[in-house]
Amino acid sequence: MNTGIPKWVDVILIPLLSLILAFVVSGLVVLSIGKDPIQAIKLMVYGAFRLNDGIGPTLYYTTSFIFTGLAVAVAFHAKLFNIGGEGQAAIAGVGVTLVMLAFDWPHWTIALLVGTLAAAAFGAAWAAVPAYLQVKRGSHIVITTIMFNLIAGSVIAYLLVGPLQANGSLPESSRFPSAAALPTLHDILGVVGINFDRFSDANITFFMALLAAVGVWLLIWKSRLGYEIRMFGESDKAAVYAGISPVKITMIVMLISGALAGLMAVNTVQGQAERLVLGAVEGAGFIGIAVALMGRNHPVGIVLAAFLFGALTQGGVELQFEMQIPAQMVIVIQALIIMFTGSLENLVRMPVERLFTRMKKRAA
Amino acid sequence: MDFGSILQILDSAVRFSTPLLLACLAGLWSERSGIFDIGLEGKMLIGAFAAGAFSAIATMPVYDGGWGWQTGGMWVGMVAAIIASILLALIHGVASITLRGNQLISGVAINFFAAGITVLLGASWFRQGGDTPQLPAGGRFRPIELPLSETLSDVPVFGPIYQNLISGHNLIIYFGFFAVLATYWVLFRTRYGLRLRAVGENPGAVDTAGISVVKLRYSAIIITGILCGIAGAYLSLGTSAPGFGRDMTAGRGFIALAALIFAKWRPVPAMWACLLFGLLEAISTKYQSIDLGFMVLPGQFMQALPYVMTVVILAGFVGKAIPPKAGGEPYVKER
Repeated sequence: MNTGIPKWVDVILIPLLSLILAFVVSGLVVLSIGKDPIQAIKLMVYGAFRLNDGIGPTLYYTTSFIFTGLAVAVAFHAKLFNIGGEGQAAIAGVGVTLVMLAFDWPHWTIALLVGTLAAAAFGAAWAAVPAYLQVKRGSHIVITTIMFNLIAGSVIAYLLVGPLQANGSLPESSRFPSAAALPTLHDILGVVGINFDRFSDANITFFMALLAAVGVWLLIWKSRLGYEIRMFGESDKAAVYAGISPVKITMIVMLISGALAGLMAVNTVQGQAERLVLGAVEGAGFIGIAVALMGRNHPVGIVLAAFLFGALTQGGVELQFEMQIPAQMVIVIQALIIMFTGSLENLVRMPVERLFTRMKKRAA
Repeated sequence: MDFGSILQILDSAVRFSTPLLLACLAGLWSERSGIFDIGLEGKMLIGAFAAGAFSAIATMPVYDGGWGWQTGGMWVGMVAAIIASILLALIHGVASITLRGNQLISGVAINFFAAGITVLLGASWFRQGGDTPQLPAGGRFRPIELPLSETLSDVPVFGPIYQNLISGHNLIIYFGFFAVLATYWVLFRTRYGLRLRAVGENPGAVDTAGISVVKLRYSAIIITGILCGIAGAYLSLGTSAPGFGRDMTAGRGFIALAALIFAKWRPVPAMWACLLFGLLEAISTKYQSIDLGFMVLPGQFMQALPYVMTVVILAGFVGKAIPPKAGGEPYVKER
């Protein structure tokens, strides 16, 4: 793919142009339902970044998207497409719920540690089967992870009207013990004298997400394993020749990917809902694909892209309140971003590359 | 269980399997030509929406802004469904054929887009939270009584089967079974079909023979669009549902994908796979849970069964499922 275009064009200019294209088309969609796109953008920005009750929810969504984005990116580095973040995060929620309801927690730190381990373990386990079937039986990981998303949906639907259902008619689990509640950003920032929104769902897992991003950077670019992963992704034949086991790499990568996707459950299930509800993942697994695409599979890019998508999600709430544009507008924007930065990327890349090669020729 | 209730379950199995079958055949065309399509769900959903919306508009009284049609509204819906679905299919085509983009990502984007745009447009057109208005009889496909079904109903065994199971379905259901035969015939008995299958296995060879890979693949994608549109139209115009409801497809596009793998990308087995999955849905709709004597299977188990069975098939434990060889790979012409 490298045709000698400068790196900043590849990493910044092309995604930016694609993003602009996605927003232009989104604006046309807003126009088509008879609303003002300029007003919509202003509202979304205001809604997403407003101090107190705007930036809080934005950071809450950002946290989930960092985790699912990293999950997709780690797998991408080994040329594996983990489309199963949705199911892995959902099952991780079950893991969190099981441990939270099993004990009387003395302190939130222990609850956070155990909840994190449970989420990672359950997420990884749900990714392990498709990974194993890919390496040992040759079944396409994309199809198996899609199937596992749907199976996870049925499992949770069963658990929430069966074994895990709390007393009552709602399909949800009992509430976790209050000692397991995670500190919110309001609590944490209050220590340093910042008065952050008291009602926002953003919590300590936001910092865990940032740590995870650093961890992924260290793993992929600074460790021996990461070198093997990238080599396997570049050319599995060369990797085998160099003595790297495809079975080992695929399994490890998918376990890490599933664990990362699972960690978002700590944010949503333990941090926010404090019980298991239906549809707790709400498409975050799929948005992870968009986040990884936008972020060029690099942790820095992923954190920024996750913030963008978090802001979009929160800004969409404002659209519904103020302009009566259904919140699904955000899903349309997200879809268009996935399209233009992902599958239709060459729409932008081809002309840009042509432009730069022409400029180079002229300079020479 | 008596004969009557077995017939009843089989009858609803046929109804449930029809949208799966049409979407499954849609996927078959695309994937046989070498284009992976995980966007069946999205195309079906937009088809269902367009069908429900335009049939509603056609049959709405003139003073409400409709066309005031008494009959035939469903055909407006059907055409709209096909057009909408083809448009999404073409986006997938441009992404995966012309721009050589990632076909899986394109499919994800299309599913997302359809999930959002249907509610967005539906809510702003009809103001019912994303659903379309209830459709009158003139806006839907009605059951067709086949000739002699009354006369033959007294014949033992065959009579009730003919009257309840074979007769009394709507046009789209019969079309679904016709589409199986048509797909089989075109793919395996015509020159075009041979070329299409070849392009899914070895596009280079087809290109060398002087046949356009791009044209063949686009033609397959358009057929996929048509069939997905009809599958969607069935959901809002051909079932007991009174019109389009948000997220109406509810994963059927993925079950169709599962059926396609289950059938190993062949039309007639696809029909059996869809009938089987339709039967599972019929059983899980009729019975909340199934008592096997030694254990009780919850209804959700039946819902998950198609997916579990697909994983088992994919893993090659029950016969190996091998996809078309060139699937998912963009074709780059040699120079």
